[in-house]
Amino acid sequence: MLRLSIPVRQALSRLTLPVMLIVSLGLVLAGRADRHLGDTLRTGLDDALAPVYRAAAAPVTDIEQGRGAIGDWFRLHADNARLVAENDRLKRWRAVALALAAQNDALKSQLHFVPTPTPSFFAARVIADLGGLYARSVLVTIPRDAHGIVNAIAMDGSGVVGRVVQAGSRSARVLLITDLNSRVPVAIGRHGGRAIMEGQNSATPRLIYWAPGNPPREGQIVLTSAVGGVFPYGLPVGTVHYDGKNDPVVRPFAGMTRLRVLRLFEYDRQPGADGAATTP
Amino acid sequence: MEGVEFWRSLDRVGRHALPAVSIAVVMIVLAIPGLLPLQAGVRVGFVMASVYFWSLYRPAALPAPLVALLGVLLDLLGASPLGLWAVLLLLEQAAMAAIRRALVRRGFLMVWLVFAGFVAVLTAAEYAARAVLDLAMLPAAPILAQGVIAVLIYPLLAVALIRAHRGAAAPEQA
Repeated sequence: MLRLSIPVRQALSRLTLPVMLIVSLGLVLAGRADRHLGDTLRTGLDDALAPVYRAAAAPVTDIEQGRGAIGDWFRLHADNARLVAENDRLKRWRAVALALAAQNDALKSQLHFVPTPTPSFFAARVIADLGGLYARSVLVTIPRDAHGIVNAIAMDGSGVVGRVVQAGSRSARVLLITDLNSRVPVAIGRHGGRAIMEGQNSATPRLIYWAPGNPPREGQIVLTSAVGGVFPYGLPVGTVHYDGKNDPVVRPFAGMTRLRVLRLFEYDRQPGADGAATTP
Repeated sequence: MEGVEFWRSLDRVGRHALPAVSIAVVMIVLAIPGLLPLQAGVRVGFVMASVYFWSLYRPAALPAPLVALLGVLLDLLGASPLGLWAVLLLLEQAAMAAIRRALVRRGFLMVWLVFAGFVAVLTAAEYAARAVLDLAMLPAAPILAQGVIAVLIYPLLAVALIRAHRGAAAPEQA
């Protein structure tokens, strides 16, 4: 170890704080000048910590879902009854779905309808909730062979959650629709009135830029719109709700506070995606 | 004798590293989804309170470069502008160095009150810096909530940290 005289050491220790302060200020300026610097560092850290998060999150999800032998035994009976009832209901809906599918085929054949390509998708587990004060995002695991998934659309079982904004080699950040920086073009109601859904850092994103003559009505369904080319038309987002007069917000279908598994859809990698994007 | 010396030095290194490592570990643990409500606010409050406590009672445990690193980690985990928290934490440490002598003998209540003052100043500085860096007016509610959480966290944390300060983090006991 380097031996220094006491006055020199004291002077050095007094200097470290101002020097580090200057370095940090430099970092703020560098981060401001070059946005990629922060993104690159963040992606690197996310990737490095992904295995840690995955290991640490597993017991938490287990407890949450009451998994493990004992929790299962307690709920076996109730689950069974629920599943039987649900199965009955689903069988009825299956019949309806088959009838509608047949009708749909018949109508399509009359219209010479060109089918839109099905997007490729994979399921991804949420391993970390990396929101800050003014940011809503989650970190998900991605398979090794997933490349170029930036802009992939994330949905949970019921609706749109957000889209991928950064991707590393084994993890990706999903910007949620509730984030302040999120702007999603949407179509409202049966006639598809256009608007922009703007995240406002709360549970309910706000609707802006709707046509003044045709305001969104309480309870109308909100779907994604293909304007801008990132989202395809027609993914379910939520329903319109009025917080105050003239302040329509969207109540998302997705359970934004308890995201555990997401499906990531890659629409823009499809060869026919452009055709699909221009469909109204 | 050689072996004893080795273990003792390992012990000493462990005790020196405890504050910084524990802060980093808790920061990462607080990223696990669904642990607490307002997790991001809790994370920032925890870091502010820890840096305050260690700079007051054991300044040697958290040298400035480590504080800067923890700040950058906080910026990368949360989504604050890169380097912002490094600057704020270093300022917190510098302010603490200036008033440390007078404060270290005072009782808990006084220390807590001063911490509340620190939180108020840091929170205002964070809000102003973010507004300037993003060139946007940001809603004030989340940052106020974060400040309140930080002030409330301190007593809880102090109980645990005082034990660590007298026991596991004390190099003189190595």
